[in-house]
Amino acid sequence: MQTSHLELSQVGIDFPTANGPFTALQDVNLKIEKGEFISLIGHSGCGKSTVLNIVAGLHQATHGGVLLDNQEVNEPGPERAVVFQNHSLLPWLSVYKNVELAVKQSKQKRTKAEIKDWVEHNLELVHMTHAIDKLPSEISGGMKQRVGIARALSMEPKVLLMDEPFGALDALTRAHLQDSVMEIHAELGNTVIMITHDVDEAVLLSDRIVMMTNGPEATIGEILHVDLPRPRDRIAMADNTMYNKYRHQVLQFLYEKQRKVEPVNPRKTSKTEVKAEVKKQA
Amino acid sequence: MATQTIVKIMTDKTAQPKGLQTLLKISNALLLPFIGMVVFLALWSGVANNLETSLGKFPGPVAVLEQAVGLVEEHQAQAEKEAAFYERQELRNADRVAKDPTYEPKIRPFTGVPTFFDQIWTSLYTVSIGFLLASVIAVPLGIMCGLSKSAYAAINPLIQLFKPISPLAWLPLVTMVVSAVYVSDDPMFAKSFVTSAVTVALCCLWPTLINTAVGVSSVDIDLLNVSKVLRLNTWVHIKTIILPSSIPMIFTGLRLSLGIGWMVLIAAEMLAQNPGLGKFVWDEFQNGSSQSLARIMVAVLTIGIIGFALDRLMLMLQQRVSWDKSVTLR
Repeated sequence: MQTSHLELSQVGIDFPTANGPFTALQDVNLKIEKGEFISLIGHSGCGKSTVLNIVAGLHQATHGGVLLDNQEVNEPGPERAVVFQNHSLLPWLSVYKNVELAVKQSKQKRTKAEIKDWVEHNLELVHMTHAIDKLPSEISGGMKQRVGIARALSMEPKVLLMDEPFGALDALTRAHLQDSVMEIHAELGNTVIMITHDVDEAVLLSDRIVMMTNGPEATIGEILHVDLPRPRDRIAMADNTMYNKYRHQVLQFLYEKQRKVEPVNPRKTSKTEVKAEVKKQA
Repeated sequence: MATQTIVKIMTDKTAQPKGLQTLLKISNALLLPFIGMVVFLALWSGVANNLETSLGKFPGPVAVLEQAVGLVEEHQAQAEKEAAFYERQELRNADRVAKDPTYEPKIRPFTGVPTFFDQIWTSLYTVSIGFLLASVIAVPLGIMCGLSKSAYAAINPLIQLFKPISPLAWLPLVTMVVSAVYVSDDPMFAKSFVTSAVTVALCCLWPTLINTAVGVSSVDIDLLNVSKVLRLNTWVHIKTIILPSSIPMIFTGLRLSLGIGWMVLIAAEMLAQNPGLGKFVWDEFQNGSSQSLARIMVAVLTIGIIGFALDRLMLMLQQRVSWDKSVTLR
């Protein structure tokens, strides 16, 4: 049977509310090949994070399911490492210990020396070896996110899930981290699913951009293949006609086809949706 | 120093802002508390002078200070007596052994009345044991309640039921149960001690339990997700995620518990005539000499100072245990 590396079939999710179930997602079908870089883009509240959380196993799909290498995804696990939006490093552990915690959980049995080597190797990938003994509170936001990426990579995940990884960073830092992620993706060839709000980021990094319709009952609207040669250089891309065409297509989808009309009076939303909104703003 | 600064301000106008700042700093740190203390002493002294009780005038600051000195002297005298008592016995025993080598020397314990400082020591010891006992139960139970909604649902009604009970209401029951259950020929602890400690423990349980449960259940959801993705086992999860996150709340509970425990212990000692500061207060009250009120006042102030010191001690402990050294604890 020919199947893809990661497959989402008919994924949907209902959240129970006082007025009956609220369907946040419906009929999400997506096949992802090994080593692909996928971006999920859409307006806030469209369920992008929910899709990612279902793949991560943090949420359970009400309908359909997710298969990773023909195995159903039911619970979180290190083979689907998550890079969280706000880094989520443990503030009481040093940079080294944060990554070490992940390394120690891996199934692979390592000696102490091997653990140390592997932690340092992963911190090197994100250029963070200089701050190895610092606490998260002592390093900048961009650095924290680098450590978050190192922690995820150190689990040697089959799929790397990134939930708006650079959303909280300033533009310059974001560009640096995007370059780092491209570098790492080229070197390790991980399968990546990334959620983003940023059209440029999506076009620059992705092999495919999955554009989602607005909720409720959100689903995949269009999928755009980004056929640009790698390595991609952000300065060269600025003048690239293909790049601008892709960019234009995404913008068109977001602002013409799925234009989100913000009501004057906030509509009644389900609790989970409100929570998701609050989280995004934070 | 303050006057110097004032003089400086008056002579040098350009230095005014800086001088004023130092002045404010000094006044906040030393002057204002000092003023507060002086006003309090003056008020106390004024009220005491005009307050006639059946045991004579209500003791003012000076009378209380005199009695404090007197209590220290009493303690020293007692200690000398005790040393002399043991010395006498030793001499006598040595004498008898010299006369009759088969004689096995016996040492009788000193049975003098416990002094004020002995009572302080007893109370401190009792409150620490009761508090430790309660903490050892409350913290793990609180973690359990915070982690599991089912555990919380099961235990919460009991917490709500037992929390508002004054531990003094338990006292007769505890006394009877301890007498019935704690039977041994050579008891390691006195029964009165066990009763007091258990009573303290009964009231120390709740603040720690509730605060720990709240602390544990409000751990950042992102950190919980990290734990899930890493598939941390329960023990590592508690050790690396739950405990560090909830340390501040746990300590808030512990401090509340210790404060309440200390208050309750004094009352329990008064009520049950168990050795300790409470008994000292009660005995002095029953004694009814002209010095009694002043001596009680010494005890009251001591209770306050010790309560304050215990709280500071917990704060220092929290500072040591807490991962976030930058937070100012209060």
